[in-house]
Amino acid sequence: MAKVIKLRKGLDINLKGKAAKETASVECPGEYALCPEDFTGLKPKVVVKEGDVVKAGDALFVDKLHPEVCFVSPVSGVVSQVERGDRRKLLSVRVKCDMKFESKVFKTDDVKALLLESGIFGMIRQRPYDTVANPDETPKAIHVSAFNSMPLAQDFEYVLNGQEAEFQAGLSALSKIAPVNLGVSSKQSAKALTEAKDCTVYVFDGPAPAGNVGVQINHIDPINKGEVVWTLGAEEVIMFGRILKTGKVDYSRTIALAGSEVKAPKYYKVKVGQKLSTLLAGQVAEGDVRVINGNPMTGVKTCKDGFLAAHATEVTAIPEGAEADEMLGWIMPRFSQFSTHRSYFSWLFGSKKEYVLDSRIKGGERHMIMSGEYDKVFPMDIYAGYLIKAIITGDIDRQEALGIYEVAPEDFAIAEFVCSSKLELQRIVREGLDILKKENA
Amino acid sequence: MRPHVQEGGKFHAFHSLYDGLETFAFVPNTTGRKGGVNIHDAIDSKRIMSFVVLALLPALFFGMYNVGYQNALAAGGDMTDHVGMFLFGLAAVLPKIVVSYIVGLGIEFVVAQWKKEEIQEGFLVSGIIIPMIVPVNTPLWILALAVAFSVIFAKEIFGGTGMNIFNPALITRAFLFFSYPSAMTGDDSVWVAQNTIFGLGYNVPDTFSAATPLGEATVGNAIPCETICNAITGLIPGSIGETSVIAIGLGALLLLFTGIASWKTMLSVFVGGGLMGWLLEGVGGNQLEWWHHFVLGGFAFGAVFMATDPVTSARTECGKYIYGFLIGVVAVMVRVLNPGYPEGMMLAILLMNLFAPLIDYVFVQKNISKRAKRAIKK
Repeated sequence: MAKVIKLRKGLDINLKGKAAKETASVECPGEYALCPEDFTGLKPKVVVKEGDVVKAGDALFVDKLHPEVCFVSPVSGVVSQVERGDRRKLLSVRVKCDMKFESKVFKTDDVKALLLESGIFGMIRQRPYDTVANPDETPKAIHVSAFNSMPLAQDFEYVLNGQEAEFQAGLSALSKIAPVNLGVSSKQSAKALTEAKDCTVYVFDGPAPAGNVGVQINHIDPINKGEVVWTLGAEEVIMFGRILKTGKVDYSRTIALAGSEVKAPKYYKVKVGQKLSTLLAGQVAEGDVRVINGNPMTGVKTCKDGFLAAHATEVTAIPEGAEADEMLGWIMPRFSQFSTHRSYFSWLFGSKKEYVLDSRIKGGERHMIMSGEYDKVFPMDIYAGYLIKAIITGDIDRQEALGIYEVAPEDFAIAEFVCSSKLELQRIVREGLDILKKENA
Repeated sequence: MRPHVQEGGKFHAFHSLYDGLETFAFVPNTTGRKGGVNIHDAIDSKRIMSFVVLALLPALFFGMYNVGYQNALAAGGDMTDHVGMFLFGLAAVLPKIVVSYIVGLGIEFVVAQWKKEEIQEGFLVSGIIIPMIVPVNTPLWILALAVAFSVIFAKEIFGGTGMNIFNPALITRAFLFFSYPSAMTGDDSVWVAQNTIFGLGYNVPDTFSAATPLGEATVGNAIPCETICNAITGLIPGSIGETSVIAIGLGALLLLFTGIASWKTMLSVFVGGGLMGWLLEGVGGNQLEWWHHFVLGGFAFGAVFMATDPVTSARTECGKYIYGFLIGVVAVMVRVLNPGYPEGMMLAILLMNLFAPLIDYVFVQKNISKRAKRAIKK
């Protein structure tokens, strides 16, 4: 029986527009793109030219510091554009799909070499710093979270259905590099998860962000200074399993298209980097809508012509809300608003009510005024408020002492949501980690 | 309108004022930033501060009534004219609120304009607390001076709301207390309004003086039972908003229910005060029972509205127990053991404001040591 870890702190946000458990297919948009920005901490070096013919699994760009880490094309076709921005910063490499979906064939038996060549390694993130993993380091453990507790997120148990063998194959192979820890939700019952082999299964019972791998690490075996762990998304484990089974890459995902502005929220079979235009056509309501690569808590705003981010397991659409004029918000009852605070009335409606939240910040940014707000939704043994202050003041020793190596920006998402001072916690943590990485390099 | 107040516009000097009024009238329409959450809780600091002001209103309104009541009592006037008494109190208190807000917010607007920041709401609360913790006869010019001192030297030089070490409202009171002692306690003539205002109220004979029950207790006089009863309803002389335990209790309920004030701090103040009051029962000339401390003077008001100020109190959850407990202990200690000061709540809270970071340090350091030890063990 797996060990059950109960978490009390956190917050489940009940948003309207959850994806129904049915999978639809979507017409191939013909264009795919891989954006280096999706891989935090990466210095990309392009290895293809416009007009090159590539197969799925051929590298598009590599890590300048570790050229063996490659980021591969999800489809076969022709490189249509190497998009650059200011100061020639690489924005994306686009591939025009030839509709043949041919893949490079991988034959190596060495797990690490296969991970690197097939591009799966680029999907692995490391703690500390929450960046693309460094292949020269040996991790203490590899952590995989089999559920995402953020609102509107993909239900991995549904996605796993029919791909159990690939998932297990991926886990078994990863366990040859380092011990694998699998975090499972207490609501999940699939045998492929609760009885997964070649890994230690931990069951987490609690509100969001219990599904965050960082929270799970903190409760399983917290990271100390000098230690490294790797984390990998559960669906990426399946992708790796496919390569192990067939020798070919298949970067398909089953993503949730969800949110209050989606007409019929459900699951779609797409590939990493796929252009969102065909997926969103006719599905997203007219008007001022914010399309998000990922869930509303950790995802990044994109547009209807954007591309599916590398790690995104869902695409969500919510109202932008820039035109909403709410009068005297400081005193009106505002029944439609969701708040954890009892000066609003959402406590009256219980946890069953689904909310439509727009993307307004709903307040001005202030210094940190209230105390204990973060602690209520931050299920780690870390003083979140003090850590944020240490990052703002640039006190590196104190950041280390307070446990910055254990956190990633996403762990602060719920705290950022409830923050009455409207501080940008995820951005602050990201900047702190970047500075720390530079200092320690 | 907006283009005129933006950088380069005709009225740019009033940018912070315009901004303040606009965000007051409408919820800001700025939408989520890059790399952050895309949705936000509806709570913001305006809402929180507004609810603290709401919680203060029962005590404020009762304070106004009591000002009229004490005036009528001293002059032997008509004690059944409740509306008249309230109106007299309103006329006596309103100028203080207006002066406090104009001076305090004026400075805030200037600073916000200068630092190119948004107006911070913190003074909405301080500005209404300040008139409530001074005697009714405090001259307006002294009040204005004290407010200006505290907003500039207790708050803005530290960086504004959220960065201050001491509670600005209490600094105002401390400034008055030490700079103008005669206007604050003096000869006990400050607690009851003496003159008619716009024909309301009564003129009190010049020789009249009324000590607060706490002042009486300090000099060793016994406190009759009915005074204690009056202290619970609030019909005793004292600072404007501090007298009624019932009205303060209503505010406390709102603050605790909405979670704005920490129940840990609030409860601990009473536990600390009660314990110290019990230990010191009968010590010195003081004849108060342990629970009398709760209903007399500014103890309840301080515990509910000042000790729980999130900025100046302890920020760690465990620290809040210790912080509150020590406020209660020190307040009662000053009251009982120091013959010079009948009231100790202000000094106790200010003293603990100073120690709050130290209390937090202990708990944060515990977490840090735990992490350090874990790393060594490996």
